[in-house]
Parts: sequence; C-alpha cells; structure tokens
Amino acid sequence: MSTYESVFSILGLEAWCESGTKESSGPVSMADLLAQNAGTDVPPPSIWELPFPSMDTLHEACGAFPQSRALTKGIENGFLSIKDGLSFVLDPLTQPLSWFLEAALWLFETTPWWLMIPVLLVVVLLVSRSVKLVVFVAASLLMFAFIDYYSFAAQTLAVIFVCAALCVVLGVPIGIAMSRSDRLQAGVIPILDMLQTLPAFVYLIPLIFLFSVTEPKLYGIAIILYAIVPVVRLTDLGIRLVDRDVIEAADAFGMTDHQKLWKVQVPLALPNIMAGVNQTIMMSLSMVVIASLVSAPGLGVLVLRGIRNLELGVGLVSGLGIVVLAVILDRTTKLALARISAGQDR
Amino acid sequence: MEAPTKIEIRNLYKIFGPDPRRALEALRNEGLGKPELLEKHNHVLGLEDINVDVKAGKITVIMGLSGSGKSTLIRHVNRLIDPTAGEIIFDGSDILKCSTEELRRIRREQMSMVFQKFALLPHKTIAENAALALDVRGIPRAEHIPAAEKWLDRVGLQGYGDSYPHQLSGGMQQRVGIARALTSNADIMLMDEAYSALDPLIRTDMQDLLLELQQELQKTILFITHDLDEALKLADHLVILKDGRVIQQDEPQTILLEPSDPYIVDFISDINRARVLRVRTVMEKTDATDGVNIAGEIDQEENLESVIAMAQGDTRKTYLVKDGSEEVGILRMEALIKSLVPTEASEDGIRSQ
Ligand SMILES: Nc1ncnc2c1ncn2[C@@H]1O[C@H](COP(=O)(O)OP(=O)(O)OP(=O)(O)O)[C@@H](O)[C@H]1O
Ligand SMILES: [Mg+2]
Repeated sequence: MSTYESVFSILGLEAWCESGTKESSGPVSMADLLAQNAGTDVPPPSIWELPFPSMDTLHEACGAFPQSRALTKGIENGFLSIKDGLSFVLDPLTQPLSWFLEAALWLFETTPWWLMIPVLLVVVLLVSRSVKLVVFVAASLLMFAFIDYYSFAAQTLAVIFVCAALCVVLGVPIGIAMSRSDRLQAGVIPILDMLQTLPAFVYLIPLIFLFSVTEPKLYGIAIILYAIVPVVRLTDLGIRLVDRDVIEAADAFGMTDHQKLWKVQVPLALPNIMAGVNQTIMMSLSMVVIASLVSAPGLGVLVLRGIRNLELGVGLVSGLGIVVLAVILDRTTKLALARISAGQDR
Repeated sequence: MEAPTKIEIRNLYKIFGPDPRRALEALRNEGLGKPELLEKHNHVLGLEDINVDVKAGKITVIMGLSGSGKSTLIRHVNRLIDPTAGEIIFDGSDILKCSTEELRRIRREQMSMVFQKFALLPHKTIAENAALALDVRGIPRAEHIPAAEKWLDRVGLQGYGDSYPHQLSGGMQQRVGIARALTSNADIMLMDEAYSALDPLIRTDMQDLLLELQQELQKTILFITHDLDEALKLADHLVILKDGRVIQQDEPQTILLEPSDPYIVDFISDINRARVLRVRTVMEKTDATDGVNIAGEIDQEENLESVIAMAQGDTRKTYLVKDGSEEVGILRMEALIKSLVPTEASEDGIRSQ
C-alpha cells in the first residue's frame, strides 16, 4: 500500500512491523482515507511523487516504526525526567538572583520619585559627564512620571540594572578565562553563538518547566543568558587584542600574571569591555520586554497588554517609552566608553 | 684593564617550528643554512651557534639587517624567548635553568629593557610609566613617583610627569622608555632597536644622551640596531649578525680596518670613516719623537675628522699622540689619509685568507 512497504519486506522486517501495527493508534493519513473511500488500491505512485522516507512515511509502511512526534515526545520526557534533579541543583544556586531582583524592584518602587529621579540624574552625570544628556534624561523621566508610566519604567530599569550587573560580574571573568586558554575559547564560542542565535522565546520554554513562573529568577535567568554574550565576547577579544609589545614590556619588567592582568590587560581592554557592557545593557532591555511573557514587570507588561487587549494607545506609548529608555542607557554608556577610549588614544 | 664579562652567551641555537629539536639535529648533522632548513625541514633558523661575551659597563652593539635574528637574540637574554639549545651565563649561573621565581627577580631587579615601539602603558601617566619597574616590585607610590621624576628630569622631560604618552612625540616617548629602564636601577639595559623609530636628528640626540648617561652610570648595555653609523658611534664591542649567525665581532675600529667577510665590506664601504676611526687606531706606537717635526698634540681618542680639521687639510704634518698626559705615539697625516681609503685597501686581506 505504501511506497516503502517493500523495503521493509526486502529487509525481512515484516514480522517486526506486524507486531507494531496493533499498537499503532496514530491518525490514519489522508491518502489512506481517500484510498479506503475510493475502495481501490492506489496505483503505485510515479517516481515524481516519491515521498521522502521521513519518520511518518516509514511509519505508514511499517507500524513498528516510530512517528516523528515520538521524537519530540521523547525529548520532552527526557527533559521531564531530569527536571527534578536539575531544579534541585539550580534552584538554590539561582536563588540569590530572585533576591537581587526583588530587592531592586522594592528599592525602585518604594523610593519616592523626588528622591529617585535626582539620584538617577546624578548617576547619569557621573557616568557620562554630559549635562546635555542629563537634561534629556530629566525630561524623559518627568514625562514618564507625568503620564503615569513612571513606576513601569522604574521596574524595567531595576530589572536591567540587576541583570546587566550580573552579566558583567559573570561575563568578564569568563571572558578573561577564555582569553587565556585557546581550548576554553574554542569550547565557549559555540555556546555563545547558540545563546545569541536561539530565538529569545526558546529560552523561556525549558525555564518555565524548571522554575515556577511566580519567581523573578525565571525571567532573570532568561535575560542574563541572552544578554551576557557580548560582554563575554568583547572581554575575550579585548584582552587578546592588547598590544603584543606592551605585554612584552610587562613581561620584561617581571610582572606576575596577576599584575599583568590587572595593570595591563584589563585596563587596555577596557574600551572593548565597555562596548560589550553597552551591548549587554541594550540586549537586557530587549529581553526584559519579551520576558514580560513570564511575568517580568515593567513596560513590557504594558506592551503585552496592548497586544492582548488591542489597546493601540497603551502599546504605542509603552513601546515609545522603551525606545526612550534605550536611548538613555545607550547614550550614557557610550559617553562613558568614549571617555575611556579617549584616555587611551595612542 | 679588561672589563669582567657580565653575560656569556654560549652556543646558542634557536629554531622556530613545530619540532625544533629534530630540526637542530638535522642542522648539526647536515650543516644546512637558513634557506635549506626552511626548504627541507620547514623550520625557520632564528639563531645559529651564537657566542658573545657582554662586558660589564660597556655597550655591546648587535647589528644586522632585518630578519637577521637581532630581536630573537636579545630576547634570549631575559628569556622572553626560550632557546632550542645553548646557555646564557649571567653572574655565574645559567639563566636558562632559573626557576620562574628567580627569573622574575632577575627581570625586576637586574635587567631593564627599552623597546623599538616604546611599549608604554597608554592609560598611565608618564611618571607612572617611568616608575613601572618599582611599582611591579611593590614599592609604594609615595616612593616610586619621586624616583621616576628624578630620571625623567635626567632625560630631559621635567614637568611632563602628569601627561599621558599619547600627548608626547615619539622622541619624548622613547625618553620615557629610557627613564623607565633607568628608574628600575638595573645593571643591565637591553635596547631593541630603541632608536629605529625616531627621525635622524632626534636619533642623534638620543645617541648622545645615551653616551652621556653611560659615562656617568656605566651600565652594561646590549644595544640592537640595523644602522651601521649608530652601531659604530655607540659600540665598545660590535657583533655583526647575518641570517642568525655571528659573522664578525670585535672592537668597531678593528672591524672597520679588517672586515672578515665580503658582506661586512659591502656594509662599511660607504661609511664616513674619518668620523669613526680614532687616532689610536692609525697612529704609530713609538717614543722616537726626536727629529720629527711635530705640528701639535692630539688625544688618542679623537676621531680623524677632528685631526683633519686641525691640520686644515695639510697632509705633511705629524702630530704627537697623548693618552691623558702620557705620550703614546705619533700620527702622520699620510697614514691617516691612507686609512680613509675604504674597501679596496682591505680587500687583499680577505683574498689572502
Ligand atoms: N615566533 C616566530 N616564529 C617563527 N619565526 C620567527 C619567529 N620570530 C622570529 N622568527 C624568524 O626569525 C628570524 C629573525 O627574526 P628577528 O625578529 O629576530 O629579526 P630582527 O633581526 O630583529 O629583524 P628586524 O630588524 O626586522 O626586527 C626571522 O627570519 C623571523 O622570520
Ligand atoms: Mg627586531
């Protein structure tokens, strides 16, 4: 009946196939139904219609052969079976992330606006040393407050601060380690590539199984996994790009590896590391919006509301708010970066 | 009178490639040269059987064209590069057998280095750069910055301590490089083409600065250059390197008068000999000065150029040569003129060998 039946009979596997047929409860294919209705055997298909021997096609020919959904099902079962062990290990390890996020959110929410806004402005001034930018940030924050989006923007900022800071704390050492070992670099780069290319939503699926949706660390992990990539990459690259001659001078004057790292390599790689931090912050921002699907607070929630309830205005205003936040974060870190690079101009 | 040897380089070999030991065997057994080694065994011959004595308190210059192995050689002295075979005896012990700890101590306290591309730390001030060696040793800032400022003054950079390297010209940056080496207070200074990136006028200045400092400090200096004029000006001992091999080493005066290799003859053919050759090299050692018509007195360390200027071109004059106050010989202007004729005069020497 099916094209590949003969293959199985040639291979002498008919008995095995028979044994499977009884259990097979998969839906009958459309072609079979049509053939049954017509009451005639389907004429052997021409070579032009030869179906690809996919799992489903082979299943048709031989009942014992697994269908393709068995594959996805298998992966799912596999994951579920290790899930408990995995979350037993990961849960306590990642618990501090929840605490940090809760603390930051609490801090940003409970600090009164008349204190929070000046503090943020001072931070921007210290980092960027640009009065123009401070004026822009002041105007944006007051605008957020005026249109009652302030608390959402503050939540978004709180999440970004925590996640970006953790990305730097974890990512810089990883980058340093990679720059010192070619083997480690060769091993980590594919992981970074994967983290960067995997669609953002895909992270969320296994995370939902592992952690409860009510816990902040769920979205925290998603954001960190996504946003850590640039800071790791650029730390590694930055240290590898440090002038050979300067490294040689450090060796010639008898620096230890430790001195070399902190007195020469990291300072000279700083422009690149800062470029990585800038990108990490921008990627945290984009992920915090997506992560609102799994209860990340902030402007993303409003965007989601705009989509779900078709509230065009809310969606657009919060979308614009995210753009404004992006501009603020980008400008601030870029100015800091420019300052550092200018100091090292050769 | 001979100065003691500070660093002895013995039978040093360096071969670059995946299996340098095997290549070394081949090199020794088959007597290959640099091109053959590359062609047959795909290894680069960096250095071949180098033997050099570096005298304490003297300037030893290593000269050779690009790719002759100068940088490779100097980097063996502080072991930035490990050799394939050979030894480097420094104060009686082999540097190549040092532990990491000992090596680090030697690099911190006994050797300093000046680099062709300056290699200053761009994020540190000039004073911090000059103080690098002290900082590395853990000497607190309050002590190392004044020490650095002192040497910065000495190399002519007073008041630049708080600037950054990129604010200085190349010549000034190299002065910082020299101040950095001097601040470390090490006996030995390794200078890898320290002046090659500077323009000619500044270069002359820096050479004079080095000679002036050297008179005062008497460091053991290993200086690398590809410029013969520079080599002749600075060297107490000149080592000429070609394709990783030493082809002649001697006092510069001797190399100039008795080049042992056609390659060196080519090299020295268009040099201003009057400026390099000194009275002591061409004088007649005699105390029979009676009956000779002495036109004046000259010091034996004067170069011939200044004698010619003194004689105002008169080739019949004869001068009394002195070493301090002692009479050591006479210099006839005819002999002087003869010594100025380059290559051909020395060519018989090569042919007769
Ligand atoms: N790491 C290395 N791997 C392979 N070959 C090398 C390496 N370092 C140096 N060489 C080779 O060794 C030879 C000597 O190089 P070296 O840098 O010592 O020359 P140099 O005399 O300092 O030249 P330059 O005047 O250009 O600085 C060259 O042929 C070079 O190609
Ligand atoms: Mg070199």
